Amino acid sequence: MSMHRMGGQTLLLTQNPPKIISRATIVGKKEGEGPLAEYFDKILEDDLWGEKSWEKAERRMYVEAAELALKKAQKEPQDINYLFGGDLLDQIISATFAARSLGIPFYGLYGACSSMTQTISLAAPLLDGGYADNVLCVTSSHFCSAERQFRYPLEMGVQRPPTAQWTVTGAGGVLLSVNGEGPCITHVTTGKVIDFGMKDANYMGAAMAPAAADTFRAHFEDTGRGPDDYDLIVTGDLAKYGRELTIDLLKRDGYDIEDRFIDCGCEMFNESQDVHAGASGCACSAVVLAGYLLKKMEDGDIKRILMASTGALHSIITSQQGDSIPGIAHAIAIEKKG
Amino acid sequence: MDYIKAFITGGVICIIGQILIDKTNLTPARILVIFVTAGAILTALGIYGPIVEFGGAGATVPLPGFGYALAKGAIKGVKDSGVLGAFTGGVTAAAGGITAAIVFGYLAAVLFDPKEKS
Repeated sequence: MSMHRMGGQTLLLTQNPPKIISRATIVGKKEGEGPLAEYFDKILEDDLWGEKSWEKAERRMYVEAAELALKKAQKEPQDINYLFGGDLLDQIISATFAARSLGIPFYGLYGACSSMTQTISLAAPLLDGGYADNVLCVTSSHFCSAERQFRYPLEMGVQRPPTAQWTVTGAGGVLLSVNGEGPCITHVTTGKVIDFGMKDANYMGAAMAPAAADTFRAHFEDTGRGPDDYDLIVTGDLAKYGRELTIDLLKRDGYDIEDRFIDCGCEMFNESQDVHAGASGCACSAVVLAGYLLKKMEDGDIKRILMASTGALHSIITSQQGDSIPGIAHAIAIEKKG
Repeated sequence: MDYIKAFITGGVICIIGQILIDKTNLTPARILVIFVTAGAILTALGIYGPIVEFGGAGATVPLPGFGYALAKGAIKGVKDSGVLGAFTGGVTAAAGGITAAIVFGYLAAVLFDPKEKS
């Protein structure tokens, strides 16, 4: 077995553990009225941000989040070896069109809402292996463009069922580097595509929960660690029902994570904001990580977290053809040394 | 009294729609089609007519009312001009509703931009 692997699905990063040296977040108006508002760098006044379409607004958020992450670390685009990015739209147009103006060598990744930890999962070993010095990971989503992409155009005024989640409007990015100061990425556990046969595009938390539980179980088995080794275990956007399902599934495997388990989708909005089950979207875990969680690590409130962004890998075509929704979750362990 | 009857009839139809949204996996588009088709079938079976007599606009304005207009038009078409009327009668009877939907839909699209619910 390769010397940097642990078990079947996990990488151990020990040579030049990549550090998160900078982070940036931009969110929409509704997100800026939620409980995490104080942790975000920029809050938009409206969802179009002066652009002609939501898609254009989303890609502008992407560009500005990327530039802000660079600015905070006093880096220029030419200092960055790679940009890893993704979003929810067809042909990941937000990330690719943003990369067009950023001018950084680019890999576009599609992992639906799992994109944030997916990008970090691939960037971190490149840095640890000595193939890069600085890598930028940015993901974005926009409520209005995602509704058009996956469900119905807003113009139709369709009623949302109670299990529906609200796609976060925003963009979040982290700059990983082998130099500088910041919390380290120590482990990467790559998830498998898991499908329990859920078909409802308005109930995606339940479709993704089995994938999250599977990835966490694999992480614990591969590393010999348990829930007690982490101050916080985090999922991307399972929301209320998916979160409960994940707790139950892991209990069956003998892991009790309930007392230290949060879901970014449950943290984004207040009950009174009428988002139903919770938040979702690539930006959900991106802005909660880059805004809230990393700030908590900086402040020393938490030292070690295990985080898995969760993705529902369906398309509008597969939904229309009656296929079920496969889920995926990639986990990363982040640790503040010292 | 007519107002109360219309309110109750329309309300019951909407409650059925709400239950379908909350309790089944049916998409809004499917519920829409089911309502229109149900209106047409119930009219053909002679059930929707009495509902319209009782509830008035409470039964004709919601979606099954559109199915009712289509079916009633088709039946009238057959009576007036034979089998061909089954094809033309429905749309003729519903022409006002269809044209209004197109015209006002277009006007709304031109005049307003959709926004995220705040």
